[in-house]
Amino acid sequence: MTSETGVEATAGAKHRATGRPMSTGRAGDRIFSGAARGSGIFVLALMAAIAVFLIWKAIPALQKNEASFLTTEEWNPNAIPPKFGIAQLAFGTVVSSFLALLIAAPVAIGIALFISFYAPRKLTGLLGYVVDLLAAVPSIVYGLWGLYFLSQHMEGVSKILNTLLGWIPFFGGSPGKNSIFTASVVLAIMILPIISSISREVFLQVPQANVEAAQALGATRWETIRMAVLPYGRSGMIGASMLGLGRAMGETIAVAMVLTFVPGINIHLLEDGGATFASNIANSFAEAGETGRGALIASGLVLFVITLVVNMAARAVVARRKEFV
Amino acid sequence: MAKRIEVSGLHAYYGGVHAIEDISMTVEPRSVTAFIGPSGCGKSTFLRTLNRMHEVIPNARVQGKVMLDDEDLYGKDVDPVAVRRVVGMVFQRPNPFPTMSIYDNVAAGLKLNGVRRKGQLDEIVEESLKGANLWNEVKDRLSKPGAGLSGGQQQRLCIARAIAVKPQVLLMDEPCSALDPISTLAIEDLIAKLKSLYTIVIVTHNMQQAARVSDRTAFFNIAGTGQPGKLIEIDETSKIFTNPEQKATEDYITGRFG
Repeated sequence: MTSETGVEATAGAKHRATGRPMSTGRAGDRIFSGAARGSGIFVLALMAAIAVFLIWKAIPALQKNEASFLTTEEWNPNAIPPKFGIAQLAFGTVVSSFLALLIAAPVAIGIALFISFYAPRKLTGLLGYVVDLLAAVPSIVYGLWGLYFLSQHMEGVSKILNTLLGWIPFFGGSPGKNSIFTASVVLAIMILPIISSISREVFLQVPQANVEAAQALGATRWETIRMAVLPYGRSGMIGASMLGLGRAMGETIAVAMVLTFVPGINIHLLEDGGATFASNIANSFAEAGETGRGALIASGLVLFVITLVVNMAARAVVARRKEFV
Repeated sequence: MAKRIEVSGLHAYYGGVHAIEDISMTVEPRSVTAFIGPSGCGKSTFLRTLNRMHEVIPNARVQGKVMLDDEDLYGKDVDPVAVRRVVGMVFQRPNPFPTMSIYDNVAAGLKLNGVRRKGQLDEIVEESLKGANLWNEVKDRLSKPGAGLSGGQQQRLCIARAIAVKPQVLLMDEPCSALDPISTLAIEDLIAKLKSLYTIVIVTHNMQQAARVSDRTAFFNIAGTGQPGKLIEIDETSKIFTNPEQKATEDYITGRFG
């Protein structure tokens, strides 16, 4: 581009007054842009490296597999011949995570709304802190709590659900303590803080002008939230939920502790049993042979892909109404 | 639809800060009243006490009486939300809801008031946009986002949104300060047109604007930093700009300020 005076603003050009190089050519700028670009490339390279590693380790085991990897429910990679498939794991992972999200998202957003708009000023700091503290509890502690406390008390809840909603297949069967449902509740509590604190951040971003616009129209507090806050925070809340979902899918030890392994897909979510990718890896890795490890890595690869797909789907949802935000 | 506002002995506070002191005035219906005065003199604060928007700021409070015809806006069992439904407001910066279409922005207040029928909504939206001199520019893109309009159009959209609910009073807080001269002219024309229907109060920093659009002008001032703002005088606009009672007013409007 040529400016009016004919000085070209290209790299290496000199500033008219100071005679120093124009900003684009300064060392600091070059270092900074190089560092930023390098970080970006590094992240992509890291992702690619993880994918390559998983594929490379998985292929030998997959070649030895006598069963269909995607549709088989049993997991016996150490048997001769090895037979394993991810159907049950995928089912357990996806169902428990979505169920956890279904439980956690409304509660978390409710907490965030309460802290941001309803709680007395003095309480907001404390409440936010307590919710964030939930994220600091190690997952092994959630596992212990889920196993020794929650599962004992979930039995009653499960039975009530079973009696009331037993006609829906998901709530049918004979309710147990260590079910996918119990695991979902533990997961829900674990992902609550991340969804809640991101939603709270999003609500803080809502322009005061929009809030006042709603108030000046005579909107009550709830109407103001519905008019100005929730639509504005929509993509942020979806993003927060997806992060929560990602965490739920990858959560290992708490789920592994709560679930009792029973082979086979069981759509009665209140019954004992179920397994997820991560819990299966945690439970089987120690005793796995070479094929077993390869098989577990292959299952990890599938988890990786599912997480990617979920994230991409979330982005698509967020982008769909981009025109409006 | 237009009502008279009578303010007596009004004080407003932000926490411990006394923002405006002992204001009494009458705002006539179907006319434009302009508030002028230096920055920080409490014009906007006073404006916001007229629809009880002042108190949405934490720790802000108001003392005194604001009568809208014969109803006390600060009466014991008056709901501020109900007050805001009859006293509309247009802000300094255009603030259409960014997630809503042009149509939905105008319909927002109607929906709050329980208007749900599509036909009725369509009718009022069209009428309000025409009222705000915006209809011709947006009639083909009502479903597009309101935030995609130019600044001046956005401000007229906000006016359409405010008049859609047929308020008794329309408060405007420096509605043109973020706009270019042409958009400003469009808004001023609109104010002249709207005053036959509404009681309009406008805060402005532009004295020519006050002189152009208003019937009566109120001059506010502060004695010094940290002092509460006061109403110096209110009178016919022509009188304020030619022969004000107070010296402070004359100094301000002639630019010999301070």
